[in-house]
Amino acid sequence: MKRLFLIEFHKLKNNRAAKILSLIYFILFSAIALFASIRFNFGSIDFRLADQGIFNFPYIWHFNAYIVAFLKLFLAVVIVSMVSSEYTNRTLKQNLIDGLSKKEFILSKFYGVLGFAIASTALLFIVSLILGLIFSDYDEVGIIFSDLEYIFAYFLKLIGFFSMCLFFGILLRRSAFALGFLFLLWIFEGIIQLFVKFQAESLEFIINFLPLQSMGNLIIEPFSRLGIIKSAATQLNSEFEKSYDVEWSAILIVLSWSFIFIFSSWKLLQKRDL
Amino acid sequence: MKTILKLRDLTKKFGSLTAVNALSFNIQKGNVYGILGPNGSGKSTTLGMVLNVVNPTSGSFEWFDGNMTTHNALKKVGAIIESPNFYPSMSAEDNLKLVCKIKEVDPSKIDHVLDIVNLKDRKKDHFKSYSLGMKQRLAIASALLNDPEILILDEPTNGLDPQGIHQIREIIKRIAADGMTILLASHLLDEVEKVCSHVIVIRNGVKLYAGPVDELNATHGFFELKSEDKEALKQLLDAHEAIESYDEEENNLIKAILSQPYEAEALNKECFENNILLTHLVKRKETLEEQFLKLTKNQ
Repeated sequence: MKRLFLIEFHKLKNNRAAKILSLIYFILFSAIALFASIRFNFGSIDFRLADQGIFNFPYIWHFNAYIVAFLKLFLAVVIVSMVSSEYTNRTLKQNLIDGLSKKEFILSKFYGVLGFAIASTALLFIVSLILGLIFSDYDEVGIIFSDLEYIFAYFLKLIGFFSMCLFFGILLRRSAFALGFLFLLWIFEGIIQLFVKFQAESLEFIINFLPLQSMGNLIIEPFSRLGIIKSAATQLNSEFEKSYDVEWSAILIVLSWSFIFIFSSWKLLQKRDL
Repeated sequence: MKTILKLRDLTKKFGSLTAVNALSFNIQKGNVYGILGPNGSGKSTTLGMVLNVVNPTSGSFEWFDGNMTTHNALKKVGAIIESPNFYPSMSAEDNLKLVCKIKEVDPSKIDHVLDIVNLKDRKKDHFKSYSLGMKQRLAIASALLNDPEILILDEPTNGLDPQGIHQIREIIKRIAADGMTILLASHLLDEVEKVCSHVIVIRNGVKLYAGPVDELNATHGFFELKSEDKEALKQLLDAHEAIESYDEEENNLIKAILSQPYEAEALNKECFENNILLTHLVKRKETLEEQFLKLTKNQ
């Protein structure tokens, strides 16, 4: 495992595009935090995002995990191109001739994905922890480290999404096609959702099994929850309680998708003549 | 003698086209093999199959007596297929370091192999800045990293300028002289003739011949003759016991094929005694090219 990870790491380390994009990704990541702490002064309006309660523990885990997940698109480009460039440079062929098996090749790519996901998750944890410690109204250890399942959900979301990018890269062999396909899938899922909502409500359970939607289901949007937290003092009993928890079903579905994507990548590669 | 590679009825079909048809041959340690065949005869597909990048339709092959998986066996093989494939934005050195990681060999040999192919002073430069000749030399360096049991070269001089071709040939000759087993696929016959001890001839995916170069055509050679008195010479050849047949070639040259061993000296003497003065007399064996063309035409 170490060997395969080092092989992938060596490729990424010496690839300028991958390096720059990853750098932008991690800078943007930290910049979001900075942005939130800026105090806006428009004449009479004195506004600071950080003072709106978004950085309160444990809500911050949920909020940051949700917001930062949008940045995964940057890394998606890196992952798609690190797979498809192996085709265009024909280095995949050379890797196999040099003695890497097709399984090892896919695994080394997967370890790369794992590396990116772990690094992103660690950064999310650290940035959120620091922001929380600065701005949170609550700082008891018990509260700080509650609701950490959102961090785990974020990690899983990245694994699922990146595995999908990996698969598209292997399937289509060109980064532009793979990214285009990703976009098409997004539109396609939207159409299915609309169709199910208005035409076939009995099929609604299907929606949760769509790959992109299932990843989205891992972390429910936190904005309406912010309102609830703020108004909780005045309105003790709300009539409708929305669940913001990370659902086990969503975890299982995303895990299955990740496995399906990686396994199909391997099978696809095995069947192909290069 | 140790068998390095064994092919048994290896077959590859692309749709209705049979690229390689029930190919069987063995590669023994210490020999230099040439795979000969016209373009599109299935040479590269065959190599692709034993190198794990093309899936055989049927048949099998085994490396080193079959007691290890193909990808592990390939770590003991050095191979270059068609164009040199490396990561363009990595330096030569970094590319070789990656190969070392894949092959699980110590990177300390990098300088040594770059020395063999004369690229040591360019090792920090990006691969994409290399000329085709340099890329091909880097590919050879990469294939030598693991002290391979066998070196497989597929059209190593394709697309190179004369200087590049010369450099690659010199490198191959030097490696062959060190006793390395080499499998060289090429359609350039003089290239194969210069270095190979054994040949495998394939056409349309079918094996036509496999064996030592000198046995490819077990004839006794032929004479090239020329004389002012052509008719008398022909009469003599007609009656001669050692001459199987003769052909008239261009420039009044007569090509007389021998049916048994016969010396040029003796023939010259006989001609002179019959008052035939030869202006040209050469005894030689057919070149690999002539043998090859004959072989691929007959079938």
